[in-house]
Amino acid sequence: MTKIENHTLSSLRDALKNKDLSSTEATQAYLSRIENASSLNSFITLTADKALDMAKASDAKLTKGEGGDLEGIPLGIKDLFCTKDVLTTAGSHILDGFKPGYESSVTSNLFNDGAVMLGKLNLDEFAMGSSNETSFYGPVISPWRRNGDTTKITPGGSSGGSASAVSAALCAGATATDTGGSIRQPAAFTGTVGIKPTYGRCSRWGTVAFASSLDQAGPITRTVRDGAIMLKSMAGYDPKDSTSINQAVPDYEAVLGQSVKGLKIGIPKEYRIDGMPAKIEDLWSKGIEWLKDAGCEIVDISLPLTKYALPVYYIVAPAEASSNLARYDGVKYGFRADGDLPIDELYEQTRAQGFGDEVKRRIMIGTYVLSAGYYDAYYLRAQKVRKKIFDEFHDAFKAVDLILTPSAPSAAFGLGEKSGDPVSMYLNDIFTVTANLAGLPGMSVPAGLDEQGLPLGLQLIARPLDEETMLKGGYVLEKAANFKARPEDWWI
Amino acid sequence: MSVDKKTAEKVARLARLAIPQDRLEPLADEINGILGWIEQLNEVDVDGVKAMASTVDMSLPLRDDKVADGPTGGGQPDNIVANAPQTEENFFVVPKVVD
Amino acid sequence: MELRHIEPRHLLQGDTGDWEVIIGLEVHAQVSSESKLFSGAPATYGAGPNENVSLVDAAMPGMLPVINKYCVEQAVRTGLGLNAQIHLWSRFDRKNYFYPDLPQGYQISQFKDPIVGEGEIEVEVTPEDTITVGIERLHLEQDAGKSIHDISPSNSHVDLNRSGVALMEIVSKPEMRSADEAAAYFGKLRTIVRYLGTCDGNMDEGSMRADVNVSVRRPGGELGTRTETKNVNSLRYVRQVIDFEARRQIQVLENGGTIDQETLLFDVKTGETRTMRSKEDAHDYRYFPDPDLLPLVIEQSWVDEIKAGLPELPDVKKKRFSSEYGLSAYDASVLSMERDKADFFETVAKGRDGKLASNWVTTELFGALNKENLEIGQSPVSAGHLGKLIDLISDDTISGRIAKDVFEIMFETGDDPAKIVEERGLKQVTDTGAIEAAIDKIIADNPEQVAQVKEKPKTFGWFVGQVMKSTGGKANPKAVNEILKKKLGV
Ligand SMILES: [Mg+2]
Ligand SMILES: [Zn+2]
Repeated sequence: MTKIENHTLSSLRDALKNKDLSSTEATQAYLSRIENASSLNSFITLTADKALDMAKASDAKLTKGEGGDLEGIPLGIKDLFCTKDVLTTAGSHILDGFKPGYESSVTSNLFNDGAVMLGKLNLDEFAMGSSNETSFYGPVISPWRRNGDTTKITPGGSSGGSASAVSAALCAGATATDTGGSIRQPAAFTGTVGIKPTYGRCSRWGTVAFASSLDQAGPITRTVRDGAIMLKSMAGYDPKDSTSINQAVPDYEAVLGQSVKGLKIGIPKEYRIDGMPAKIEDLWSKGIEWLKDAGCEIVDISLPLTKYALPVYYIVAPAEASSNLARYDGVKYGFRADGDLPIDELYEQTRAQGFGDEVKRRIMIGTYVLSAGYYDAYYLRAQKVRKKIFDEFHDAFKAVDLILTPSAPSAAFGLGEKSGDPVSMYLNDIFTVTANLAGLPGMSVPAGLDEQGLPLGLQLIARPLDEETMLKGGYVLEKAANFKARPEDWWI
Repeated sequence: MSVDKKTAEKVARLARLAIPQDRLEPLADEINGILGWIEQLNEVDVDGVKAMASTVDMSLPLRDDKVADGPTGGGQPDNIVANAPQTEENFFVVPKVVD
Repeated sequence: MELRHIEPRHLLQGDTGDWEVIIGLEVHAQVSSESKLFSGAPATYGAGPNENVSLVDAAMPGMLPVINKYCVEQAVRTGLGLNAQIHLWSRFDRKNYFYPDLPQGYQISQFKDPIVGEGEIEVEVTPEDTITVGIERLHLEQDAGKSIHDISPSNSHVDLNRSGVALMEIVSKPEMRSADEAAAYFGKLRTIVRYLGTCDGNMDEGSMRADVNVSVRRPGGELGTRTETKNVNSLRYVRQVIDFEARRQIQVLENGGTIDQETLLFDVKTGETRTMRSKEDAHDYRYFPDPDLLPLVIEQSWVDEIKAGLPELPDVKKKRFSSEYGLSAYDASVLSMERDKADFFETVAKGRDGKLASNWVTTELFGALNKENLEIGQSPVSAGHLGKLIDLISDDTISGRIAKDVFEIMFETGDDPAKIVEERGLKQVTDTGAIEAAIDKIIADNPEQVAQVKEKPKTFGWFVGQVMKSTGGKANPKAVNEILKKKLGV
C-alpha cells in the first residue's frame, strides 16, 4: 500500500474508489502526520473527531460505490473559511472563541462532494501578510530548508498553513484564499500548485473578508491535476454572493493533457525586475522553452503599468479592509476588552488588543486614504489606475492566450528576515497582485529549486473565466519541469 | 502629503484603535514610509479614466422579495447572539450609550 | 443657490430686525417590503429581540448583501411619483461609523450615484397657497438597529430587528420657508408614498421620519449655518422643531453668537432641541463604493413598465375632481389627499351630482368618522349606500333634512337607506292635497302673519317652517313653496 505521504489527491481518490484503503485509514494517517508535525504550526484547530466522523460516512458511501468527486478525501481548510460550529479565527485574537452557526459556501461545496475536514489551517491575521508571521497563533514553518541549514523558512503567506500542510503531506489538499498573491506566493515557496480562479468563480459567502473586490478562494495542492479536481468542487455560482458569476463550472480535469499547440504565450518585459535572482530568470527562460517545445508561440508583450500595481493594491486593499474589519467591535462575537469601559473606549481597547500590528497598520492606512480630503488623491486615483491596469491586461489578451511570469521575485526567506520593513515585505506580491486587480485567473506551478534547494514557481495568467487554458498550460509546465523534490520529514 | 502625530491620532480615533501616545509618532513614520512609496501613482496620467467599478462585467443581481429560511432569514435569535460576549434575553448588551 | 422669493409674512421678527428661515427635509420612508433590503429576514414591526435578524443583518463574518428587487422597484415608483429623474445606473456606497446599533460598522447607502435624481412636487400649504418644492434626490439605504437604554441602569440593549430594513431617503431642496410649508411638504410626501403603496406612512412605528435642517439669515442675506434635527416623526413635531430652532438661532445670532453645524435631537416632552451627546466624529464617514455590490443597472423598459402601472396621483386627481365634479379647490384637495378616501368619493359621485356627493362625504361622513375615530376603511356606511341615499334625495323620495336622519341611522346600523326610509315611513309627502290641507290650517290659524307677509316678504320662511313642522319634515319643500306662494299671493 502506498504511504499516505506519497499520495496525491488524485491518486488517493483512485485508491479510495478502488478500496485500496478507506477514508478512515487515510484520515488517521494524516492525523498522525499532523500530530507529528506540530512544530510546523500549520494548523490552528485540529478537528480529529469530526474528520473521523466524516471519513466514516464517506466510507459507507464508498463501500456502496457511491459518493461525490472528493468522497473521503481529507483536506485542510484555511481558517478564513467559516465552518459550522468549528472555531474560526482568521488568525486573529479578535475572533477568540468564534464558532459560526453557518458553513461557508466553498466548504459546503467541498463537503457536499464528500471531502473530509482535518482541521483549520494557520494563516496571516485576516490574510494580511506574505510570510505567515502576522498570525496571532504564531508563524507557520515551511517543511523546506536551505541546503545544510536549519534556519526556519517561511512557507509564504497568507495561506502559509495551507502551503506548509500540503507540502509536508499533512493533507491531500487545502483551501486557500488570494487577495494579492496569498495562494500563488506560498505555493511557489513550498513547491506546490496554487490556483487563484477568476474573481467571482468561487463564492465569497462565509469566507471572512479581507478586501472584497480582490478576495478569491482557490486550492493549494501537490499537482495541477489535484488543483483542477479541487477547484471544480470549490467553484460555482452562489446567489448569496452578488459578485458570483453565474456560469457553469467546466470539468477542469478533463482538459489536462490536451494540446497547447498554437497557444500564444505573452512574456511581459516589465516582470524582469532589478535585483531578481538569476536562478529565477533562468527558470523563466526554461518555462518559455518548455511551452515553445509544446508548440506554443511566444510573444513579447509590454505591461507598462505593472510597477503601479502594488501601490494601487496598498490603497484599495487597506481601504476595503478598514471597512470590512469595522464589524469586529466586541459586541456581537469574539474578543471584548476587559474593564468597565464606555462604549467608544470599549471599541478602541477591544480593537487595539484584538488586532495585531500589521492589521492595525492596514486599517490606519485604509482609514486615512478614505478620509475627507484624501479620498480623491488616494482611493479614487488608485481605482483609476486599477482601471488602466485592467484595460492593459484586456488589451494584452487580444494578442495572447496566456501570460507567463515568475510567481515571486525570490525564493522563500527565513522567518524574521523581512518583517522589519513593510514595503520590502509587500514587494513579495509584485508578480501576483496584478491578477487580483484585474480579476484574472492565475496559478503557480513548481518549476525548480534555487541554489539553496528552495522551490521556485512559474505563474500563468489567463483571460477571465479561462481557467481551462491556464490549467492546460500549467499541466505542460508541470510535466516539463518534472519537479520531484520533496522536503524531508525533519520535523518528526 | 505626510501624516503627523496629530493626524495619526485622528485616524486612530476614526478607526477606533487605541494607540498609546508613544506609539503614534513611530506609527505615523511607518505610514509615511508606505504612503511615500504609494505616491508614485502620481506619475500615472488618469485624466478621463473612469474609476474601476468592478472586475466582473455584470449588473447587480436582484433577488425576489421573499422571507428566507436559513442563514439569510430571520427567526434565529439564539443563533444571532450565540457568540456574543454579553447578552440578555436575546439582546446584545453593551455599556450604556448616551445619545 | 436660487431661493424662492420670500413673502413678507414669512419673516420672523427679532430684536434687531427681520429674519428668514430656510428649511430642508431629509425624509426616511420605509419601503413596504416583506423582507429586508439586503437579506431575507422579515421587515415586519414588533417582533421579539433579534427575532427578525439574519446572519447578514448581524454582520457575521463573511456574510454578504444581496439586493431586494421589490425595494428597487418601489424606489423607482416613488421617484416617478415625485416627478423625478430615474438614474438607470446607480451604486451603493458604505457610510462608515461606529455605533452599537450599526453591526457592520457601516451603513449601505447611496452617496454619489443615487437611483433617483432631481424632481419636484406641488405642496398645498393652504387652499389658497400652493408652493413647488424641489426634490434633490431619493436613495435606498439600510436602516440601523435599535439601542434600548431603559432596561438596565448601566447597560444598553441592542436589538437588530430594524437593522437592514429598506429605507428610501427623500432629500428636499432647502426651499421651505416656514414651519407650515415644511409640515405641508412632509404631509404631501406621506400622501404620495401612500398613494403609490411604496411606504405605509405610519409615523408612530417609525415608517416615516424626517431629519429637519434649519438655518436663518437676514432677508436676502448670506445663508446661515444649519442644524440638523434627527428622526422627527410627526407633522406637529416638525413644526415645533422649526419654530424652536428658528427662534433659538435668531436669539443666538442677535446676541453675537454663532450657530454650530450640529446634529440635534428633539425632546418631545419639552418641545426643545438639544445637542446629541454622542457626536459622530467630525462627520468623516469615509464613503466609498461597496465592493460587495456591483453597480445597479436597470432598463428603461422596466422604468416605463413601472410608470405605466402608477395610480393616478393626488395632484392630477385633485384637478380632475375640480373639473369633472365641479368641486371647490378645498374639497378637491381634501378628497384627493388619501387614495382610499378618493376612491370612496368617486364611487359615491359616479353618475350623481358631484357637489352633493362631495358635501355628503366630506361633511357628514368624514365628520361622523372623525367623531368615532374611524378610518375610511372602517366606515359603517358603504360608498354604495351613501350613493343610494343621495339618489333618494335627488328623486325627491326624501328631503335633505330627513336624509340627515337617515344617514345617522345608516351610520349606526350599516343598513340600506331605502330600507330605513321604507321601514320608518320617512318618505316625502308629495301629495299636494295633504300639503294644501296643512297650509290651509296654518293660514286659518294665523291671520296676523298672513296680513303681514305682503309687506315683509321675509316672514314667508316662517310659513315654510310651520308647514314642515306640521308634516314632520316629510313635505316636499318644493311643493310647499309653490302652494304657499299661490295661497298667500306673494
Ligand atoms: Mg440625515
Ligand atoms: Zn439616511
